[in-house]
Amino acid sequence: MISFNQVCKRYPGGYEALKNISFDITEGEMVFVTGHSGAGKSTLLNLIAAIERPTSGSVIVKGQNISTLKGGALPYLRRNLGLVFQDHKLLFDRSVFDNVMLPLDICGFDHRESASRARAALDKVGLLPREKTTPIALSGGEQQRLCIARAIVNRPSILLADEPTGNLDAEYANDIMDIFKSFHQVGVTLLIATHETGAGALLGARTLILKQGELQSTDETTSHSTKLSNIDSQVAAYPAGSGQT
Amino acid sequence: MMNWLTQHLRALLFSLRRLLATPVANLLNVLVIGLALSLPMGLYVLLQNVQSLADRAVGTPQLSVFMNMGVGKDDIARIGRQLKQSEAVDHIEFVPREQALEQLKRSTGLADVIGGLTQNPLPDAYVVYPKRTDAQTLETLRDEVRKWQKVEHVQLDAAWAHKLESLLKFGRAALLILAVLLSIALVAVTFNTIRLQILTRRDEIEISRLIGATNGFIRRPFLYFGLLQGLLGGIAAWLIISLSLHLLNVGLIELAQLYASNLALFAPSAGDGLALLLFSACLGWLGAWLSVVQHLWRIESK
Repeated sequence: MISFNQVCKRYPGGYEALKNISFDITEGEMVFVTGHSGAGKSTLLNLIAAIERPTSGSVIVKGQNISTLKGGALPYLRRNLGLVFQDHKLLFDRSVFDNVMLPLDICGFDHRESASRARAALDKVGLLPREKTTPIALSGGEQQRLCIARAIVNRPSILLADEPTGNLDAEYANDIMDIFKSFHQVGVTLLIATHETGAGALLGARTLILKQGELQSTDETTSHSTKLSNIDSQVAAYPAGSGQT
Repeated sequence: MMNWLTQHLRALLFSLRRLLATPVANLLNVLVIGLALSLPMGLYVLLQNVQSLADRAVGTPQLSVFMNMGVGKDDIARIGRQLKQSEAVDHIEFVPREQALEQLKRSTGLADVIGGLTQNPLPDAYVVYPKRTDAQTLETLRDEVRKWQKVEHVQLDAAWAHKLESLLKFGRAALLILAVLLSIALVAVTFNTIRLQILTRRDEIEISRLIGATNGFIRRPFLYFGLLQGLLGGIAAWLIISLSLHLLNVGLIELAQLYASNLALFAPSAGDGLALLLFSACLGWLGAWLSVVQHLWRIESK
């Protein structure tokens, strides 16, 4: 589903955000990316969504090479991705409901079908009673949940979340992790970046650990029990040493 | 196909709502565009009026051969034969003095003055239609006929028409320059309006791009806005011109009545008006397109 092959990302000025990263994520897998801030987590997610392009190496998402993808094909790739942003990126000039409608409007869905889909997504994150308010009236946790609702309303096959529980207290964070777990159960591929190192282990998911742009290890917890048995072999193909540069 | 239509309809409605959301600011914009367009359009209408006046006054260039007062029937026939024999002449038309007076009464509206005359002051005349209408041929013919006996005067009717024609040509050139300059102004006005809109909706554009909006989707509402604004500006220009012509005609008709004539400026035809609307809508669209494309290009090259 997602495949990194010797990916480097160097910014103008010489700063290397990612160094020689290789890993694979199979369909339906839930994977955590952890590391301190500045370790390259956000860059890694940005490369998948083609918000940034790799300096070298290849990033393959759903069989498409991001580094050679033409500008015109980009929107159609992104429609398959659900993006949950650290800063939510909500539109405050319109209602909660209209925020969730945006991806559907972009795809040009029939209005009635869109509306019922949007309400279903809001219901899923527990915001349906607040659909008419503006996002400014929502708490931090609610805004994050709204961002998730907008990310999933398109029924994407891949969900990328950047620090989805970043500034939230434990209770909200647990709510959100529960939501992610339910997506995992219906077969969505999830990649969640977080600075909390234990989060992945807690949910029994594979964790990629980044340290100063290098992939330290791909921890696979023993409790990782999933319907997809081929994940083990995938992980084994990329041992801890893959981050050497 | 349905989907495509819905998307366009949605963008159009969205732009309309945006237009109505800030009515005063948009009204001023529309007015500026209307004024900018009404200047060249007004000049165009004026030129058309002059042109039609000129067309009514002279058709093709011709010579009028006026004979002496009290010329005999024999001489009239002789001059007619001579004219017909001339190589440069295509055909001729005899205008007896009674008929000439009658025409004058009808066409100039000087019926009162003419009615007061005790005798007909007009001579018998031939109107000569030459084969070729270039100045050289006409002048040679004039000079030749002038020497004939019993010919009082030869009038080359085309001379002042030529002068008018070159004056109109000058007017058209001025019109073209004015139209080009003010079209650029219109594009600039739209460009700036759209640029401001883009700035206030920068977040929306950024987020839309992140969740899979094509450039076409992002451009669409802005393009419709530019189109609508241009169209409304065109309508404003049409109204301004119609109103101005109406006001001018009130004065002009009064003036013409003093001369017992019916002179009035005519309004632009429906075809010209629709062309104006189409033109201004296209310019609005162009201004918006330049603005959005420039903005998107700047984002993408970042």
